[in-house]
Amino acid sequence: MSEHIVYPRVYVVIFLALLLGTGVTAGVAFFDFPGPLNAVVALTIAVIKATLVILYFMHVRYSPRLIALIIAAALFWMAILFALTISDYSTRAWLPVT
Amino acid sequence: MAEGLATTHEHATAHSALQHHFENMDQQREAGTLGMWVFLVTEIMFFGGMFLAYTLYRYEYPAAFATASNHLDIKLGATNTVVLIVSSFTMAMAVFSTQVGKRRNSIICLVLTIILGLTFLGIKAVEYRDKYVDNLIPGQLIPGHRFNPEVAKEGDLDPHKLHLVPGATVRNVELFYWIYFAMTGMHALHMIIGVGILTVITILAVRRRFSPEYHAPVEISGLYWHFVDIVWIFLFPLLYLLGRHLEGHL
Repeated sequence: MSEHIVYPRVYVVIFLALLLGTGVTAGVAFFDFPGPLNAVVALTIAVIKATLVILYFMHVRYSPRLIALIIAAALFWMAILFALTISDYSTRAWLPVT
Repeated sequence: MAEGLATTHEHATAHSALQHHFENMDQQREAGTLGMWVFLVTEIMFFGGMFLAYTLYRYEYPAAFATASNHLDIKLGATNTVVLIVSSFTMAMAVFSTQVGKRRNSIICLVLTIILGLTFLGIKAVEYRDKYVDNLIPGQLIPGHRFNPEVAKEGDLDPHKLHLVPGATVRNVELFYWIYFAMTGMHALHMIIGVGILTVITILAVRRRFSPEYHAPVEISGLYWHFVDIVWIFLFPLLYLLGRHLEGHL
């Protein structure tokens, strides 16, 4: 029951993917997508990059399932907090900034 | 430690770093990793609060946020993103080198990671200085140095002046800078702590404390370092990039 060792080949591939993601996100930022798509594109790329870091650099893919469960539970709880707060703010009037 | 406990487990061949309440090194390492993740999850919540504040205000004042985003230096921000990604790579390589017992490579990778971390902080300091020069420090964080940027007139391309996107006000741009300094400041503090942790780890590695059997501290410090990288992976597009496409419409 020894641990899984991730080899440099994997790290190099992930590293290059992260650099590519950074280049793409910086490049498309100047492109005028319709509506709120700029934010959607930027966040999608960020989520993909973060997932790669978590799965490979942080070894979650090769770790006990318990760790994945902890991360999923935290993100789920954070989504609840976001949803409740946003639903509150978006249904109330804001005081003008003076 | 009670000596009688030693007979509870077969410790005759156990690693000297094995604590008595663990069965073996694998169990000890997994427990440590789990504990680190629980801590990182609290960090996600902590930064999550600031990301939520950012979301609410960006939604309410999109023009002011676009104005402020466009004033940030995208070249420095992108450079820092690359610096952090490279540092995450060298950190991962440091963990690998320790796992396979290549002590020299591991120390080289750790030192590289520290240097890259310091590079990031240096570039961040340059950015903060630019904001200071342009009077973009919000409120009176620096006494006697109020938030007071010069607003550019039509056709004036001076990058030190604020180019207000239609609908933006200087007051709301100030709001962005509160969030900008809170988020990048907390992130920079985490970087400073990370550099401190890695310095200790490097010293321990030089003293031959780690081996393929015992490398949990390197791995756990690596988790922290990668986490800080992930925060920046989100900060960079949110603070520097959103609103860039409006630049042409000024």
